[in-house]
Amino acid sequence: MRRPHHLRVLGILLLLTLTLLLTGCSSELLDPMGQIGSEQRTLILTSFALMQIVVIPVIVMTLLFAWRYRRSNKDAAYHPEWAHNNWIEGIVWFIPCIIIIFLAGLTWYTSHSLDPHKPIADDPSEQMEIQAVSLDWKWLFIYPEQGIATVNEVAFPTDVPVRFRVSSGSVMNAFFIPTLGSQIYAMAGMDNDVHLIANHEGVYDGRSTNYSGAGFSGMTFDAIATSQEEFEAWVDEVRESDQTIDFPDGYNELAQPTEDHPVEYYSEVSPGMYEDIIRSFHTGSDDGDMHAGHGEAEDDHGDMPMSAEAAE
Amino acid sequence: MFGKLSIDAIPFHDPIIMVVAVAMAIGGIALIGAITYFRKWKWLWTEWFTSVDHKKLGIMYFIVALVMLIRGFADAIMMRTQLAMASAGAEGYLPPDHYDQIFTAHGVIMIFFVAMPMVIGLMNLVVPLQIGARDVAYPFLNNLSFWLFAAGAILVNISLVVGEFAKTGWLAYAPLSGIEYSPGVGVDYWIWALQISGIGTTLTGINFFVTILKMRTKGMTMFRMPIFTWTSLCANVLIIASFPILTATIALLTLDRYFGMHFFTNDFGGNMMMYVNLIWAWGHPEVYILILPAFGVFSEVIATFARKRLFGYGTMVWATVAITILSFIVWLHHFFTMGAGANVNAFFGIMTMIIAIPTGVKVFNWLFTMFRGRLEFTSPVLWTLGFIITFTLGGMTGVMLAIPGANFVLHNSLFVIAHFHNVIIGGVLFGMLAGLTYWFPKAFGFTLNEKWGKRSFWCWLIGFYLAFMPLYVLSFFGAVRRMQSYDTAEWQPWMLLAWVGAVIILFGIICTVIQFYVSIRDRKQNQDVSGDPWDARTLEWSTSSPAPFYNFAHLPNVSGIDTFWAQKQAGAKTVSEGPYQDIHMPRNTVAGPIISLFALILGFALVWHIWWLAAVGAIGTFVSFLARVFNDDIDYYVPASEVERIEREHKERLEMQA
Repeated sequence: MRRPHHLRVLGILLLLTLTLLLTGCSSELLDPMGQIGSEQRTLILTSFALMQIVVIPVIVMTLLFAWRYRRSNKDAAYHPEWAHNNWIEGIVWFIPCIIIIFLAGLTWYTSHSLDPHKPIADDPSEQMEIQAVSLDWKWLFIYPEQGIATVNEVAFPTDVPVRFRVSSGSVMNAFFIPTLGSQIYAMAGMDNDVHLIANHEGVYDGRSTNYSGAGFSGMTFDAIATSQEEFEAWVDEVRESDQTIDFPDGYNELAQPTEDHPVEYYSEVSPGMYEDIIRSFHTGSDDGDMHAGHGEAEDDHGDMPMSAEAAE
Repeated sequence: MFGKLSIDAIPFHDPIIMVVAVAMAIGGIALIGAITYFRKWKWLWTEWFTSVDHKKLGIMYFIVALVMLIRGFADAIMMRTQLAMASAGAEGYLPPDHYDQIFTAHGVIMIFFVAMPMVIGLMNLVVPLQIGARDVAYPFLNNLSFWLFAAGAILVNISLVVGEFAKTGWLAYAPLSGIEYSPGVGVDYWIWALQISGIGTTLTGINFFVTILKMRTKGMTMFRMPIFTWTSLCANVLIIASFPILTATIALLTLDRYFGMHFFTNDFGGNMMMYVNLIWAWGHPEVYILILPAFGVFSEVIATFARKRLFGYGTMVWATVAITILSFIVWLHHFFTMGAGANVNAFFGIMTMIIAIPTGVKVFNWLFTMFRGRLEFTSPVLWTLGFIITFTLGGMTGVMLAIPGANFVLHNSLFVIAHFHNVIIGGVLFGMLAGLTYWFPKAFGFTLNEKWGKRSFWCWLIGFYLAFMPLYVLSFFGAVRRMQSYDTAEWQPWMLLAWVGAVIILFGIICTVIQFYVSIRDRKQNQDVSGDPWDARTLEWSTSSPAPFYNFAHLPNVSGIDTFWAQKQAGAKTVSEGPYQDIHMPRNTVAGPIISLFALILGFALVWHIWWLAAVGAIGTFVSFLARVFNDDIDYYVPASEVERIEREHKERLEMQA
C-alpha cells in the first residue's frame, strides 16, 4: 500500500511552485509598468496571502489527519460515533467568515478604486483620449485630438492618464495591455472605456483576450509608452503617412477580415469616425455594407423582422 | 433534396479527421460484427436499450461518458501538442480553422457529454438504492432521458465527419455564433446537440427531484438521507431551475440563425450582452450541478473508509443548500470586464466569495471525519485526499478571480483555464472516478482492481499538476486562452511542461482501461457476494450485488442516519426473510430509443436544412410519443414466488461463501 508521504512531498512541491510563481520570476502582471497594474498586483498578492490562512492549514491537516488516523495506526484514538462538536463546527464557519468579510471589504474598495471607467486624473483636461476599435482581426486606434489613426500600434506619453474608449466593428473582443492593467470588452454599438497610465517607458505587448474567430491569435499590437517629445515625434511620423482613412468607405475596406495585419499609419481620419462606427450598428436599416463581414444570409432573411413590425 | 448537405461536407482534405473517421468506422464495424457474431442484439435490446432499470441506465450513462472522455481527451492532447509547437511565429500542425473546432468540441464534450453523464449516471445507480426505492418516479422518462442524451452525443460525433463543429468556444458567445459570423453548420450542430440532450437532462432533473421527495422508504426523513442523495437533490433543483434558461437562450439563438431575427446580433437592436448574461445564468449553476454530487461522493467515501460517522451532517446539508441558492446570484463574475459599474461588480464578487464559506465548511467536515477515524487508503480515499488538496487550491484561485479588481487582469487568461480545470478535474472528475470505484461492485458484483486504480490516481494527480500549474504561470506573462499560436518564445518551455502533464494524464486513462480489463479478467477472485464489500453505512449496501432489478425484497425501514451501519453494529440480520409479496414494477419500453432516434433525425435534418427529413423526424417523434402515451400496458407484478426464488439464490450464494 502507498504511504501518504508521497502526498506530503507533492504538497511541498506544490507550494514551491506557487512561491516560485509569485516571487521568482519577472512577468507582465508581477512587474507592472503603470499605477493601475501596480495596484492590481498588490491586490492579487494580498488576496493570495490572506487565503493562505485557510489553504495551508487545510493541506497540512489533510496530510496529517490522513496519516495519523490510518487504519494500521492502532495508537491513534478511534471514536466511530463522534460526529458533532459545537466548538469545531463554530470555528469552521467562523474563520472562513472572517476571511471573507475582510476580502469582501477589500473587494468593495478595489472594485471602486480600480473601476475601469474611473478617470485617473482628477482634472479631465490632464488625460488624453485614444479610441480603440476591434476589427476582424486587428485593432484600429483613432486619436481624436491629433486627427490621426493607426492599426496594430498605439503610442502615448508616460505619466499621462489615457482614456481608452473601446468599441468593436465586429464580434466581441477585449482590449488588454497586461503590463498596464485592466482589460475591457470591445462590443459593437457600445462605447466602453478603460483608464490606464504608463509610468515607465517601453514597448509593451497588447492584444485581444476575448476569442473572436480565425485570426484571433494574431490580434496583437505594440503599445509604446514614451516621453512627451518622442510621442510628438511619433505623431509627426504618422502625419507623414500617405494613407488616410474616412468613414464609411476607407473604414469598410479596412474592416474586411485579415489576419496578422501589418502596422498602418493614417495621417488623416474623418472627424467623429469612432462615433460613426458605433452609430452604424444603431440605424435599424439593412446596413449590409456599413460594416464588413455581412454574408448573404443577412439578405435572405433581412426583411423578416421588418414585416413583423409592419404587421403590428 | 439534401439541403446544405453535399459530398463536400466530408473533410477529405484533412488527414487527421480522415484517419479518425476510418478508425471509428473500423471500430464501429468490429463492434457491430462482434455483437452480431455472438448473437447479442436481442439481449442488448431487451436487457439494456429498452430497460427502465435505473441501475442499467446508470451503467449506460457511464459507458457513454467514458467513451466520450477519450474523445474529449484526444482533443485536449491535440491542443496541448499544438501549443507546445506553435511558438514564436511557428504555425504548429493545426490551422485556426481546425484548432478552433477542437477547443470548442473539447469544452462541449467534457461538460455535456462526460461530466454530466457521469454525474447523472452515478445518481441513477445510487440514489434510488440509497433512499430505499424500487425505481425512480418516472422510469420511462429515465430511459427517454438517457436516449435523448445519447442522441445529442451521436450528433456531436457526426459533426466530426460530416461538416464541421462550432468554432466559437464552448458557450458560443453571440454575435460570433450568429449567422453573420458563423455561416457554417458548426453552430447548428452545437445548437441541436445541446437542445436534444438538454431536454433529456431537464427530464432527469424533474425525475430525480420527484423521486427523492416522494419515493423515500419508510422512516427516511429528509434529514436521514445520505449526503450523496442530498447533494443529488440540490443538483436536480439546479437542473430544473437552470436548464430551461439554456434551452430558451439557445432557442433565441436558433431564431436568429434560422429566421433572421435579431435577439443577439450586432444590429437591429440585438444585444450580445443579453446572450452572455443568459448563458451564464445557466452556466454558473451548471458547475454546481456537477460539483455537488461529487461532494456527495466524497462524503460517502470518507465516512465509509474512515469507519466513522460523517462529521457535521447537519452543517453539511445546510452548506449544500446554501451553495445551491448562492449559485444563482453569482453569474456576472464570468464577465466583470464587460464594463458594468463598480457596485454591480462588487456585489457579484462578494456573493461569489460567500460561496467559499459553505465550501470551506464542507472541507473541514471531511477533515474532521478522518479525525479519530480509521482511514483505509483505498483508491477512492486517494481520490478524495487528492481532491481536498487540489480543490482547495482551485477554490483559492476562484476567489482571486472573484475579486473584480484582480479579475480585470486575470480574465480570459490561462489563469481561468487553470482554475476551472483545477476544480473540475480535481473536483468533479476525481469525485466521479472515486464514485465509480466505490459503487462499481454494487453495479457488477465484483470490485475493481486496486493496484491499477491507484496507478491511475497517481498519474492523474501528477499529470494534472504538471499540465495546469504552468498555465497559472503563463497567465502572469500575459498568455490568453484560445490562442492557436503565440509570438513569445519564452512561453514555450511552460507549454512543453503542460504537454508532458497531458501525456501523464493519458497514462492515467490507460491505467483505467487496464484496470477494467484486469478487473473483468479476475472477476471471480474479486467477487463480492455479500453486497457490502466495504463494510459501508448506507442502504444501497444492504441489498445484494448486483442488486436485484426490484432493489429490495422488502422495502427497508429506516430509523436514523446510517441505519444499515447501526443494524450491523447491533448484529441484526440484514438478509431478507420471507414471506414475500408481489412487487409492482415498470415494464421495459421501446419508446425511449425510438423517440430519440427520431429526435436525432430531426436534429441532423435541421442542421443541414433538409426540411422534408426534419418533418419526418418531428412527426416521428410526436407519433411515437403519442403511441407511448396511449399505451396502458406499462407495468406488471413480479410474483412473490419469483422474488423468493431470487432471494433464495442470493442466500445460497452467501452460505456457499461462508
